[in-house]
Amino acid sequence: MAYIQGVMIIICVNLMGVLGVSLLTGFTGMFSFGHAAYMALGAYTSAILVGRLGMPFVVGLLAAAAFAALASVIIGYPTVRLVGDYFAIAALGFGEATRLILDNGGSLTGGARGFVGVPKHTTLPIAILIVILGAILMRNIINSRFGRSFVAIREDKLAAEAMGINTARSRMLSLAISAAYAGVGGSMFAHYLTFLQPVMFDINKSTELAATVVFGGLGSMTGSIIACIILTSIPEIFRPFYLWRMVFYGLALVTTIVLRPQGLLGSFEITLEGTRRFLTAPFRRRVSAGGGARWQS
Amino acid sequence: MILSRVLQQLVNGLSIGSIYALIAVGYSLIYSILRFSNFAHGSFLVVGAYAGFFIVTAMSIPFIPAVLLAILTAGLAAVTTERVAYRPIRERNSPTLYFIIASMGIAIFCEHTIVATIGPKFRTYPRVLAATGVDLGLVSMSKMDVMAAFMAFLFLIVLQYFITRTKQGCAIQAASYDLQAAGLMGVNVNRLVGTVFLIAGILAGLSGVFLGMKYTVYPQLGYLTIKAFVAAIFGGLGSLPGAIAGSLLLGVMEAFIAAFLSSQLRDLFVFSLLIAVLLVKPGGLMGKYVEEKV
Repeated sequence: MAYIQGVMIIICVNLMGVLGVSLLTGFTGMFSFGHAAYMALGAYTSAILVGRLGMPFVVGLLAAAAFAALASVIIGYPTVRLVGDYFAIAALGFGEATRLILDNGGSLTGGARGFVGVPKHTTLPIAILIVILGAILMRNIINSRFGRSFVAIREDKLAAEAMGINTARSRMLSLAISAAYAGVGGSMFAHYLTFLQPVMFDINKSTELAATVVFGGLGSMTGSIIACIILTSIPEIFRPFYLWRMVFYGLALVTTIVLRPQGLLGSFEITLEGTRRFLTAPFRRRVSAGGGARWQS
Repeated sequence: MILSRVLQQLVNGLSIGSIYALIAVGYSLIYSILRFSNFAHGSFLVVGAYAGFFIVTAMSIPFIPAVLLAILTAGLAAVTTERVAYRPIRERNSPTLYFIIASMGIAIFCEHTIVATIGPKFRTYPRVLAATGVDLGLVSMSKMDVMAAFMAFLFLIVLQYFITRTKQGCAIQAASYDLQAAGLMGVNVNRLVGTVFLIAGILAGLSGVFLGMKYTVYPQLGYLTIKAFVAAIFGGLGSLPGAIAGSLLLGVMEAFIAAFLSSQLRDLFVFSLLIAVLLVKPGGLMGKYVEEKV
Protein backbone atom coordinates (compact mmCIF):
# COMPACT_ATOMS: atom_id res chain seq x y z
CA MET A 1 0.00 0.00 0.00
CA ALA A 2 2.80 2.37 0.92
CA TYR A 3 4.41 1.48 -2.39
CA ILE A 4 1.32 2.37 -4.41
CA GLN A 5 0.99 5.57 -2.41
CA GLY A 6 4.60 6.38 -3.24
CA VAL A 7 4.02 5.82 -6.94
CA MET A 8 0.97 8.06 -6.79
CA ILE A 9 2.93 10.83 -5.08
CA ILE A 10 5.63 10.58 -7.76
CA ILE A 11 2.88 10.83 -10.38
CA CYS A 12 1.72 14.04 -8.68
CA VAL A 13 5.28 15.42 -8.65
CA ASN A 14 5.71 14.61 -12.34
CA LEU A 15 2.29 16.08 -13.09
CA MET A 16 3.40 19.48 -11.79
CA GLY A 17 6.47 19.40 -14.03
CA VAL A 18 4.44 18.11 -16.98
CA LEU A 19 1.81 20.85 -16.57
CA GLY A 20 4.64 23.38 -16.75
CA VAL A 21 6.26 21.84 -19.82
CA SER A 22 2.84 21.47 -21.43
CA LEU A 23 2.27 25.22 -21.17
CA LEU A 24 5.72 26.03 -22.53
CA THR A 25 6.09 23.43 -25.29
CA GLY A 26 2.52 22.48 -26.04
CA PHE A 27 0.93 25.90 -25.89
CA THR A 28 3.74 28.39 -26.49
CA GLY A 29 5.89 26.31 -28.85
CA MET A 30 9.18 26.62 -26.97
CA PHE A 31 11.16 23.46 -26.37
CA SER A 32 13.07 23.03 -23.13
CA PHE A 33 15.39 20.22 -22.19
CA GLY A 34 16.25 21.88 -18.90
CA HIS A 35 13.08 21.66 -16.88
CA ALA A 36 14.62 19.23 -14.42
CA ALA A 37 16.84 22.16 -13.41
CA TYR A 38 13.83 24.19 -12.28
CA MET A 39 12.63 21.17 -10.33
CA ALA A 40 16.07 20.94 -8.74
CA LEU A 41 16.10 24.63 -7.83
CA GLY A 42 12.62 24.31 -6.32
CA ALA A 43 13.58 21.18 -4.42
CA TYR A 44 16.77 22.68 -2.95
CA THR A 45 15.17 26.06 -2.16
CA SER A 46 12.39 24.36 -0.27
CA ALA A 47 14.75 21.90 1.41
CA ILE A 48 17.00 24.71 2.66
CA LEU A 49 14.15 26.97 3.83
CA VAL A 50 12.11 24.27 5.55
CA GLY A 51 14.85 21.84 6.52
CA ARG A 52 17.57 24.26 7.64
CA LEU A 53 15.71 27.43 8.56
CA GLY A 54 12.60 25.79 9.98
CA MET A 55 10.03 27.62 7.90
CA PRO A 56 6.58 26.11 7.27
CA PHE A 57 6.00 23.86 4.25
CA VAL A 58 3.72 26.39 2.52
CA VAL A 59 6.50 28.97 2.53
CA GLY A 60 8.83 26.37 1.06
CA LEU A 61 6.38 25.60 -1.75
CA LEU A 62 5.82 29.26 -2.60
CA ALA A 63 9.52 30.12 -2.38
CA ALA A 64 10.33 27.15 -4.64
CA ALA A 65 7.90 28.47 -7.25
CA ALA A 66 9.24 32.01 -6.95
CA PHE A 67 12.91 31.04 -7.11
CA ALA A 68 12.44 28.72 -10.09
CA ALA A 69 10.55 31.46 -11.92
CA LEU A 70 13.29 33.96 -11.08
CA ALA A 71 15.98 31.57 -12.35
CA SER A 72 14.10 31.14 -15.62
CA VAL A 73 14.75 34.83 -16.31
CA ILE A 74 18.46 34.04 -16.65
CA ILE A 75 17.90 32.05 -19.82
CA GLY A 76 14.62 33.64 -20.78
CA TYR A 77 15.76 37.24 -20.91
CA PRO A 78 18.52 36.76 -23.53
CA THR A 79 16.64 34.21 -25.66
CA VAL A 80 12.89 34.95 -25.81
CA ARG A 81 13.48 37.50 -28.57
CA LEU A 82 15.43 35.02 -30.72
CA VAL A 83 14.27 31.99 -32.72
CA GLY A 84 13.54 28.82 -30.80
CA ASP A 85 16.87 27.06 -31.28
CA TYR A 86 18.79 29.53 -29.16
CA PHE A 87 16.35 29.00 -26.33
CA ALA A 88 16.63 25.21 -26.63
CA ILE A 89 20.43 25.31 -26.54
CA ALA A 90 20.48 27.77 -23.65
CA ALA A 91 17.98 25.61 -21.74
CA LEU A 92 20.19 22.56 -22.25
CA GLY A 93 23.24 24.49 -21.03
CA PHE A 94 21.28 25.85 -18.07
CA GLY A 95 20.39 22.33 -16.98
CA GLU A 96 24.04 21.27 -16.96
CA ALA A 97 25.16 24.50 -15.26
CA THR A 98 22.58 24.07 -12.47
CA ARG A 99 23.73 20.54 -11.81
CA LEU A 100 27.34 21.75 -11.65
CA ILE A 101 26.47 24.51 -9.19
CA LEU A 102 24.54 22.08 -6.97
CA ASP A 103 27.37 19.57 -7.19
CA ASN A 104 29.84 22.18 -5.96
CA GLY A 105 27.51 23.91 -3.51
CA GLY A 106 29.50 22.85 -0.43
CA SER A 107 27.63 22.61 2.86
CA LEU A 108 24.65 24.58 1.53
CA THR A 109 23.52 21.91 -0.94
CA GLY A 110 25.52 18.95 0.32
CA GLY A 111 27.32 18.68 -3.01
CA ALA A 112 27.26 15.53 -5.08
CA ARG A 113 26.79 13.36 -1.99
CA GLY A 114 23.37 14.82 -1.43
CA PHE A 115 21.21 16.83 0.91
CA VAL A 116 19.90 14.79 3.83
CA GLY A 117 17.26 15.52 6.41
CA VAL A 118 14.52 17.29 4.52
CA PRO A 119 11.40 17.12 6.72
CA LYS A 120 8.66 14.88 5.33
CA HIS A 121 5.56 16.91 4.52
CA THR A 122 4.24 15.60 1.20
CA THR A 123 1.49 13.11 1.91
CA LEU A 124 -0.79 11.75 -0.76
CA PRO A 125 -3.80 14.00 0.06
CA ILE A 126 -1.59 17.11 0.07
CA ALA A 127 0.05 16.10 -3.22
CA ILE A 128 -3.29 15.45 -4.90
CA LEU A 129 -4.68 18.74 -3.55
CA ILE A 130 -1.72 20.69 -4.95
CA VAL A 131 -2.01 19.00 -8.34
CA ILE A 132 -5.75 19.66 -8.59
CA LEU A 133 -5.28 23.31 -7.64
CA GLY A 134 -2.37 23.53 -10.11
CA ALA A 135 -4.40 21.96 -12.92
CA ILE A 136 -7.38 24.25 -12.36
CA LEU A 137 -5.11 27.29 -12.27
CA MET A 138 -3.36 26.11 -15.43
CA ARG A 139 -6.67 25.62 -17.20
CA ASN A 140 -7.64 29.17 -16.31
CA ILE A 141 -4.27 30.50 -17.51
CA ILE A 142 -4.66 28.68 -20.82
CA ASN A 143 -8.18 30.04 -21.30
CA SER A 144 -7.17 33.55 -20.30
CA ARG A 145 -5.98 36.36 -22.55
CA PHE A 146 -2.39 35.29 -21.84
CA GLY A 147 -3.07 31.69 -22.77
CA ARG A 148 -4.62 32.67 -26.05
CA SER A 149 -1.69 34.92 -26.85
CA PHE A 150 0.68 31.98 -26.12
CA VAL A 151 -1.21 29.83 -28.63
CA ALA A 152 -1.13 32.67 -31.15
CA ILE A 153 2.65 32.88 -30.79
CA ARG A 154 2.98 29.11 -31.23
CA GLU A 155 0.92 29.18 -34.41
CA ASP A 156 2.59 32.20 -36.00
CA LYS A 157 4.96 34.48 -34.15
CA LEU A 158 4.90 37.21 -36.79
CA ALA A 159 1.14 37.26 -37.10
CA ALA A 160 0.84 37.36 -33.32
CA GLU A 161 3.19 40.33 -33.22
CA ALA A 162 1.17 42.04 -35.92
CA MET A 163 -1.96 41.56 -33.80
CA GLY A 164 -0.31 43.59 -31.07
CA ILE A 165 0.94 40.78 -28.81
CA ASN A 166 4.24 41.52 -27.09
CA THR A 167 5.77 38.18 -28.03
CA ALA A 168 8.94 38.54 -25.98
CA ARG A 169 7.01 39.36 -22.82
CA SER A 170 4.45 36.62 -23.40
CA ARG A 171 7.14 34.00 -24.00
CA MET A 172 8.97 35.13 -20.87
CA LEU A 173 5.73 34.91 -18.88
CA SER A 174 5.01 31.42 -20.19
CA LEU A 175 8.52 30.31 -19.28
CA ALA A 176 8.28 31.80 -15.78
CA ILE A 177 4.91 30.14 -15.07
CA SER A 178 6.16 26.83 -16.39
CA ALA A 179 9.32 27.08 -14.27
CA ALA A 180 7.22 27.89 -11.20
CA TYR A 181 5.17 24.72 -11.73
CA ALA A 182 8.33 22.66 -12.04
CA GLY A 183 9.65 24.36 -8.90
CA VAL A 184 6.56 23.37 -6.90
CA GLY A 185 6.93 19.83 -8.23
CA GLY A 186 10.54 19.83 -7.03
CA SER A 187 9.53 21.04 -3.61
CA MET A 188 6.91 18.29 -3.30
CA PHE A 189 9.53 15.78 -4.38
CA ALA A 190 12.02 17.01 -1.78
CA HIS A 191 9.51 16.74 1.06
CA TYR A 192 8.43 13.29 -0.02
CA LEU A 193 11.85 11.72 -0.47
CA THR A 194 13.57 13.68 2.35
CA PHE A 195 16.85 13.28 0.49
CA LEU A 196 18.16 15.13 -2.56
CA GLN A 197 20.99 14.55 -4.98
CA PRO A 198 21.84 16.70 -8.02
CA VAL A 199 21.92 13.59 -10.23
CA MET A 200 18.18 13.08 -9.64
CA PHE A 201 17.56 16.14 -11.79
CA ASP A 202 19.72 15.33 -14.80
CA ILE A 203 18.80 15.45 -18.46
CA ASN A 204 16.92 12.15 -18.18
CA LYS A 205 14.37 13.78 -15.90
CA SER A 206 13.94 16.61 -18.42
CA THR A 207 13.51 14.02 -21.17
CA GLU A 208 10.80 12.27 -19.17
CA LEU A 209 8.84 15.51 -18.82
CA ALA A 210 9.25 16.52 -22.48
CA ALA A 211 8.44 13.03 -23.79
CA THR A 212 5.32 12.89 -21.66
CA VAL A 213 4.02 16.17 -23.07
CA VAL A 214 4.82 15.22 -26.67
CA PHE A 215 3.25 11.82 -26.18
CA GLY A 216 0.11 13.26 -24.61
CA GLY A 217 -0.35 15.82 -27.33
CA LEU A 218 1.26 19.22 -27.85
CA GLY A 219 -1.50 21.61 -26.97
CA SER A 220 -3.62 19.33 -24.80
CA MET A 221 -3.39 19.71 -21.03
CA THR A 222 -5.59 16.71 -20.27
CA GLY A 223 -3.66 14.65 -22.83
CA SER A 224 -0.43 15.47 -21.00
CA ILE A 225 -2.01 14.55 -17.68
CA ILE A 226 -3.19 11.16 -18.98
CA ALA A 227 0.21 10.53 -20.59
CA CYS A 228 1.93 11.39 -17.33
CA ILE A 229 -0.18 8.93 -15.35
CA ILE A 230 0.47 6.19 -17.95
CA LEU A 231 4.17 6.89 -18.48
CA THR A 232 4.95 7.16 -14.76
CA SER A 233 3.17 3.97 -13.77
CA ILE A 234 4.15 1.71 -16.68
CA PRO A 235 7.89 1.69 -15.85
CA GLU A 236 6.97 0.66 -12.30
CA ILE A 237 5.44 -2.55 -13.70
CA PHE A 238 8.48 -3.20 -15.89
CA ARG A 239 11.09 -2.61 -13.15
CA PRO A 240 13.38 -5.44 -14.38
CA PHE A 241 13.84 -3.65 -17.70
CA TYR A 242 14.83 -0.35 -16.11
CA LEU A 243 17.86 -0.05 -18.43
CA TRP A 244 15.52 0.22 -21.38
CA ARG A 245 13.33 2.86 -19.77
CA MET A 246 15.15 5.84 -21.26
CA VAL A 247 15.49 4.04 -24.61
CA PHE A 248 11.73 3.83 -24.58
CA TYR A 249 11.35 7.54 -23.77
CA GLY A 250 13.70 8.53 -26.59
CA LEU A 251 11.89 6.26 -29.02
CA ALA A 252 8.53 7.61 -27.86
CA LEU A 253 9.70 11.15 -28.61
CA VAL A 254 10.91 10.35 -32.13
CA THR A 255 8.12 8.03 -33.21
CA THR A 256 5.40 10.32 -31.87
CA ILE A 257 6.83 13.31 -33.72
CA VAL A 258 7.43 11.34 -36.93
CA LEU A 259 4.28 9.24 -37.06
CA ARG A 260 1.69 11.07 -35.00
CA PRO A 261 2.90 14.59 -34.21
CA GLN A 262 -0.39 15.51 -32.60
CA GLY A 263 0.25 12.90 -29.88
CA LEU A 264 -2.37 11.00 -27.94
CA LEU A 265 -5.05 13.68 -27.90
CA GLY A 266 -3.78 16.36 -30.29
CA SER A 267 -5.23 19.63 -29.11
CA PHE A 268 -8.35 17.93 -27.84
CA GLU A 269 -9.23 18.55 -24.21
CA ILE A 270 -11.28 16.30 -21.99
CA THR A 271 -13.66 18.57 -20.10
CA LEU A 272 -16.45 17.91 -17.64
CA GLU A 273 -18.96 19.32 -20.11
CA GLY A 274 -17.59 17.15 -22.93
CA THR A 275 -17.66 14.03 -20.78
CA ARG A 276 -21.23 14.68 -19.75
CA ARG A 277 -22.23 15.19 -23.35
CA PHE A 278 -20.39 12.04 -24.39
CA LEU A 279 -22.10 9.96 -21.71
CA THR A 280 -25.54 11.34 -22.39
CA ALA A 281 -25.20 11.19 -26.16
CA PRO A 282 -27.27 7.98 -26.63
CA PHE A 283 -30.14 9.47 -24.66
CA ARG A 284 -30.04 12.78 -26.46
CA ARG A 285 -30.17 11.07 -29.81
CA ARG A 286 -33.38 9.35 -28.80
CA VAL A 287 -34.86 12.65 -27.72
CA SER A 288 -33.95 14.37 -30.95
CA ALA A 289 -35.25 11.43 -32.95
CA GLY A 290 -38.50 11.99 -31.17
CA GLY A 291 -38.62 15.40 -32.68
CA GLY A 292 -38.02 17.72 -29.74
CA ALA A 293 -35.01 19.69 -28.50
CA ARG A 294 -33.10 19.33 -31.72
CA TRP A 295 -31.28 22.62 -31.33
CA GLN A 296 -30.46 22.25 -27.70
CA SER A 297 -26.86 21.14 -28.02
CA MET B 1 58.53 30.17 -17.05
CA ILE B 2 55.18 31.91 -17.19
CA LEU B 3 55.62 32.31 -20.95
CA SER B 4 56.10 28.61 -21.35
CA ARG B 5 52.96 27.92 -19.30
CA VAL B 6 50.92 30.35 -21.37
CA LEU B 7 52.20 28.90 -24.62
CA GLN B 8 51.53 25.37 -23.40
CA GLN B 9 47.91 26.22 -22.56
CA LEU B 10 47.55 27.93 -25.94
CA VAL B 11 48.65 24.74 -27.67
CA ASN B 12 46.39 22.58 -25.49
CA GLY B 13 43.48 24.88 -26.22
CA LEU B 14 44.05 24.83 -29.96
CA SER B 15 44.31 21.06 -29.86
CA ILE B 16 40.91 20.58 -28.19
CA GLY B 17 39.53 23.50 -30.15
CA SER B 18 40.31 21.79 -33.45
CA ILE B 19 38.23 18.81 -32.31
CA TYR B 20 35.37 21.13 -31.33
CA ALA B 21 35.69 22.67 -34.79
CA LEU B 22 35.00 19.31 -36.46
CA ILE B 23 31.78 19.00 -34.46
CA ALA B 24 30.72 22.63 -34.80
CA VAL B 25 31.26 22.76 -38.57
CA GLY B 26 28.99 19.79 -39.24
CA TYR B 27 26.42 21.10 -36.81
CA SER B 28 26.53 24.56 -38.40
CA LEU B 29 26.26 23.04 -41.87
CA ILE B 30 23.05 21.24 -40.94
CA TYR B 31 21.73 24.40 -39.30
CA SER B 32 22.46 26.46 -42.39
CA ILE B 33 20.44 24.09 -44.60
CA LEU B 34 17.54 22.91 -42.44
CA ARG B 35 17.48 25.82 -39.92
CA PHE B 36 17.27 23.70 -36.85
CA SER B 37 19.62 22.78 -34.08
CA ASN B 38 20.50 19.11 -34.52
CA PHE B 39 20.79 17.81 -30.97
CA ALA B 40 21.39 14.32 -32.34
CA HIS B 41 24.82 15.45 -33.49
CA GLY B 42 26.40 13.99 -30.36
CA SER B 43 25.01 10.58 -31.32
CA PHE B 44 26.94 10.59 -34.60
CA LEU B 45 30.05 11.37 -32.59
CA VAL B 46 29.44 8.51 -30.17
CA VAL B 47 28.71 6.08 -33.02
CA GLY B 48 32.04 7.06 -34.60
CA ALA B 49 33.89 6.67 -31.32
CA TYR B 50 32.46 3.20 -30.61
CA ALA B 51 32.85 2.04 -34.20
CA GLY B 52 36.50 3.10 -34.11
CA PHE B 53 37.02 1.38 -30.81
CA PHE B 54 35.55 -1.94 -31.90
CA ILE B 55 37.23 -1.89 -35.30
CA VAL B 56 40.64 -1.18 -33.80
CA THR B 57 40.32 -3.71 -30.96
CA ALA B 58 38.38 -6.53 -32.63
CA MET B 59 39.73 -6.57 -36.17
CA SER B 60 43.34 -6.48 -37.13
CA ILE B 61 43.05 -3.54 -39.47
CA PRO B 62 45.77 -0.92 -39.62
CA PHE B 63 44.98 2.31 -37.86
CA ILE B 64 44.24 4.71 -40.73
CA PRO B 65 41.82 2.41 -42.64
CA ALA B 66 40.17 1.64 -39.31
CA VAL B 67 39.57 5.34 -38.69
CA LEU B 68 38.19 5.77 -42.20
CA LEU B 69 35.83 2.84 -41.65
CA ALA B 70 34.71 4.28 -38.32
CA ILE B 71 33.94 7.73 -39.69
CA LEU B 72 32.09 6.20 -42.62
CA THR B 73 29.92 4.32 -40.12
CA ALA B 74 29.15 7.59 -38.36
CA GLY B 75 28.35 9.22 -41.70
CA LEU B 76 25.96 6.39 -42.57
CA ALA B 77 24.34 6.69 -39.14
CA ALA B 78 23.73 10.37 -39.85
CA VAL B 79 22.26 9.68 -43.27
CA THR B 80 19.99 6.99 -41.82
CA THR B 81 18.84 9.35 -39.08
CA GLU B 82 17.96 11.94 -41.67
CA ARG B 83 16.18 9.43 -43.84
CA VAL B 84 14.14 7.84 -41.06
CA ALA B 85 13.40 10.75 -38.75
CA TYR B 86 13.92 14.11 -40.40
CA ARG B 87 12.71 13.52 -43.94
CA PRO B 88 9.09 12.75 -42.95
CA ILE B 89 9.07 15.91 -40.82
CA ARG B 90 10.65 17.88 -43.67
CA GLU B 91 8.11 16.68 -46.18
CA ARG B 92 5.21 17.63 -43.94
CA ASN B 93 6.57 21.17 -43.65
CA SER B 94 6.31 20.93 -39.86
CA PRO B 95 7.50 23.67 -37.49
CA THR B 96 11.14 23.73 -36.36
CA LEU B 97 9.97 22.63 -32.93
CA TYR B 98 9.32 19.13 -34.31
CA PHE B 99 12.87 18.82 -35.63
CA ILE B 100 14.29 19.88 -32.28
CA ILE B 101 12.13 17.40 -30.38
CA ALA B 102 12.92 14.54 -32.78
CA SER B 103 16.67 15.25 -32.66
CA MET B 104 16.69 15.27 -28.87
CA GLY B 105 14.73 12.03 -28.88
CA ILE B 106 17.34 10.44 -31.14
CA ALA B 107 20.14 11.64 -28.87
CA ILE B 108 18.49 10.09 -25.80
CA PHE B 109 17.61 6.91 -27.70
CA CYS B 110 21.20 6.40 -28.93
CA GLU B 111 22.82 7.10 -25.58
CA HIS B 112 20.61 4.70 -23.69
CA THR B 113 20.63 2.00 -26.35
CA ILE B 114 24.40 1.98 -25.97
CA VAL B 115 24.11 1.88 -22.17
CA ALA B 116 21.64 -1.02 -22.40
CA THR B 117 23.52 -3.07 -25.00
CA ILE B 118 27.24 -2.29 -24.90
CA GLY B 119 27.20 -1.09 -21.30
CA PRO B 120 27.96 2.13 -19.44
CA LYS B 121 31.64 1.22 -18.95
CA PHE B 122 34.42 3.62 -19.89
CA ARG B 123 36.64 2.03 -22.53
CA THR B 124 40.17 3.02 -23.43
CA TYR B 125 41.45 2.91 -26.96
CA PRO B 126 44.48 0.71 -27.41
CA ARG B 127 47.68 2.71 -27.59
CA VAL B 128 47.86 3.17 -31.32
CA LEU B 129 50.04 6.18 -31.20
CA ALA B 130 52.57 6.28 -28.42
CA ALA B 131 51.84 8.94 -25.87
CA THR B 132 55.38 10.22 -26.29
CA GLY B 133 55.51 13.94 -26.57
CA VAL B 134 56.83 16.09 -29.33
CA ASP B 135 59.11 18.59 -27.63
CA LEU B 136 59.20 21.97 -29.25
CA GLY B 137 61.38 23.79 -26.74
CA LEU B 138 58.90 25.84 -24.73
CA VAL B 139 55.93 23.56 -25.29
CA SER B 140 55.33 19.87 -25.71
CA MET B 141 52.46 18.03 -27.32
CA SER B 142 51.55 14.39 -27.55
CA LYS B 143 51.88 12.85 -30.99
CA MET B 144 48.19 12.11 -30.94
CA ASP B 145 47.25 15.74 -30.42
CA VAL B 146 49.47 16.80 -33.30
CA MET B 147 47.88 14.23 -35.56
CA ALA B 148 44.34 15.08 -34.45
CA ALA B 149 44.85 18.77 -35.15
CA PHE B 150 46.50 17.98 -38.48
CA MET B 151 43.72 15.62 -39.58
CA ALA B 152 41.06 18.08 -38.42
CA PHE B 153 42.50 20.85 -40.55
CA LEU B 154 42.99 18.53 -43.50
CA PHE B 155 39.32 17.56 -43.41
CA LEU B 156 38.18 21.15 -42.99
CA ILE B 157 40.26 22.25 -45.98
CA VAL B 158 38.82 19.43 -48.10
CA LEU B 159 35.35 20.50 -47.00
CA GLN B 160 36.07 24.12 -47.88
CA TYR B 161 37.24 22.98 -51.32
CA PHE B 162 34.16 20.81 -51.75
CA ILE B 163 31.77 23.61 -50.85
CA THR B 164 33.36 26.37 -52.89
CA ARG B 165 34.68 24.48 -55.91
CA THR B 166 32.26 21.68 -56.79
CA LYS B 167 28.78 21.65 -58.25
CA GLN B 168 27.25 19.86 -55.27
CA GLY B 169 28.98 22.35 -52.96
CA CYS B 170 27.53 25.18 -54.98
CA ALA B 171 24.09 23.65 -54.48
CA ILE B 172 24.75 23.50 -50.73
CA GLN B 173 25.62 27.19 -50.73
CA ALA B 174 22.45 27.98 -52.62
CA ALA B 175 20.38 25.85 -50.27
CA SER B 176 21.81 27.67 -47.27
CA TYR B 177 20.13 30.81 -48.60
CA ASP B 178 16.85 29.17 -49.47
CA LEU B 179 16.32 25.43 -49.59
CA GLN B 180 12.96 25.67 -51.31
CA ALA B 181 14.19 27.99 -54.04
CA ALA B 182 17.19 25.73 -54.62
CA GLY B 183 14.76 22.85 -55.08
CA LEU B 184 12.79 24.86 -57.62
CA MET B 185 16.02 25.56 -59.53
CA GLY B 186 16.44 21.84 -60.11
CA VAL B 187 18.61 20.85 -57.16
CA ASN B 188 17.74 17.40 -55.87
CA VAL B 189 16.89 18.45 -52.32
CA ASN B 190 16.76 14.97 -50.80
CA ARG B 191 20.20 14.09 -52.16
CA LEU B 192 21.57 17.43 -51.06
CA VAL B 193 20.32 17.05 -47.50
CA GLY B 194 21.65 13.48 -47.52
CA THR B 195 25.09 14.73 -48.58
CA VAL B 196 25.08 17.36 -45.87
CA PHE B 197 24.25 14.77 -43.24
CA LEU B 198 26.93 12.43 -44.60
CA ILE B 199 29.54 15.20 -44.30
CA ALA B 200 28.34 16.24 -40.85
CA GLY B 201 28.31 12.61 -39.69
CA ILE B 202 31.83 11.97 -41.01
CA LEU B 203 33.20 15.06 -39.27
CA ALA B 204 31.41 14.18 -36.03
CA GLY B 205 32.66 10.59 -36.26
CA LEU B 206 36.24 11.79 -36.74
CA SER B 207 35.97 14.01 -33.67
CA GLY B 208 34.52 11.02 -31.81
CA VAL B 209 37.53 8.87 -32.66
CA PHE B 210 39.91 11.61 -31.52
CA LEU B 211 38.01 12.27 -28.31
CA GLY B 212 37.97 8.54 -27.67
CA MET B 213 41.75 8.35 -28.07
CA LYS B 214 42.36 11.52 -26.06
CA TYR B 215 40.09 10.55 -23.17
CA THR B 216 37.98 7.36 -23.17
CA VAL B 217 34.85 6.10 -24.91
CA TYR B 218 31.62 6.15 -22.93
CA PRO B 219 27.92 6.57 -23.82
CA GLN B 220 27.72 10.16 -22.52
CA LEU B 221 30.63 11.31 -24.69
CA GLY B 222 28.06 13.00 -26.91
CA TYR B 223 27.34 15.67 -24.30
CA LEU B 224 30.60 17.34 -25.29
CA THR B 225 28.72 18.55 -28.34
CA ILE B 226 26.97 21.14 -26.14
CA LYS B 227 30.32 22.93 -26.09
CA ALA B 228 30.57 22.75 -29.86
CA PHE B 229 27.03 24.16 -30.10
CA VAL B 230 28.11 27.07 -27.91
CA ALA B 231 31.21 27.49 -30.06
CA ALA B 232 29.04 27.55 -33.19
CA ILE B 233 26.78 30.22 -31.71
CA PHE B 234 29.83 32.15 -30.49
CA GLY B 235 31.23 32.11 -34.02
CA GLY B 236 27.87 32.77 -35.65
CA LEU B 237 25.29 30.02 -36.14
CA GLY B 238 25.23 28.81 -39.72
CA SER B 239 28.62 30.26 -40.66
CA LEU B 240 31.39 27.70 -41.27
CA PRO B 241 34.41 30.01 -40.77
CA GLY B 242 32.60 31.31 -37.71
CA ALA B 243 32.22 27.79 -36.34
CA ILE B 244 35.96 27.15 -36.73
CA ALA B 245 36.97 30.48 -35.17
CA GLY B 246 34.49 30.06 -32.34
CA SER B 247 35.70 26.52 -31.60
CA LEU B 248 39.39 27.46 -31.51
CA LEU B 249 38.70 30.50 -29.30
CA LEU B 250 36.48 28.46 -26.97
CA GLY B 251 39.13 25.73 -26.73
CA VAL B 252 41.85 28.25 -25.85
CA MET B 253 39.70 30.10 -23.31
CA GLU B 254 38.72 26.80 -21.66
CA ALA B 255 42.34 25.72 -21.42
CA PHE B 256 43.35 28.99 -19.78
CA ILE B 257 40.48 28.92 -17.31
CA ALA B 258 41.14 25.30 -16.39
CA ALA B 259 44.87 25.98 -15.92
CA PHE B 260 44.87 29.34 -14.20
CA LEU B 261 41.53 29.51 -12.37
CA SER B 262 39.82 26.20 -11.71
CA SER B 263 38.80 23.25 -13.79
CA GLN B 264 35.36 23.17 -12.15
CA LEU B 265 34.68 26.70 -13.40
CA ARG B 266 35.39 25.64 -16.95
CA ASP B 267 31.97 24.25 -17.85
CA LEU B 268 30.21 27.04 -16.00
CA PHE B 269 32.22 29.48 -18.07
CA VAL B 270 31.01 27.89 -21.31
CA PHE B 271 27.42 28.45 -20.23
CA SER B 272 28.10 32.05 -19.14
CA LEU B 273 29.75 32.70 -22.49
CA LEU B 274 26.63 31.43 -24.25
CA ILE B 275 24.37 33.74 -22.25
CA ALA B 276 26.74 36.68 -22.77
CA VAL B 277 26.90 36.14 -26.53
CA LEU B 278 23.12 35.83 -26.79
CA LEU B 279 22.69 39.04 -24.81
CA VAL B 280 25.27 41.13 -26.60
CA LYS B 281 25.45 39.81 -30.12
CA PRO B 282 23.18 36.84 -30.89
CA GLY B 283 24.59 36.69 -34.41
CA GLY B 284 27.97 35.70 -33.01
CA LEU B 285 31.35 36.79 -34.31
CA MET B 286 30.81 36.18 -38.02
CA GLY B 287 27.16 35.44 -38.58
CA LYS B 288 24.35 37.86 -38.58
CA TYR B 289 21.17 37.16 -36.75
CA VAL B 290 18.33 37.02 -39.23
CA GLU B 291 14.74 37.39 -38.12
CA GLU B 292 12.20 35.07 -39.65
CA LYS B 293 10.96 36.38 -42.95
CA VAL B 294 7.37 36.25 -44.15
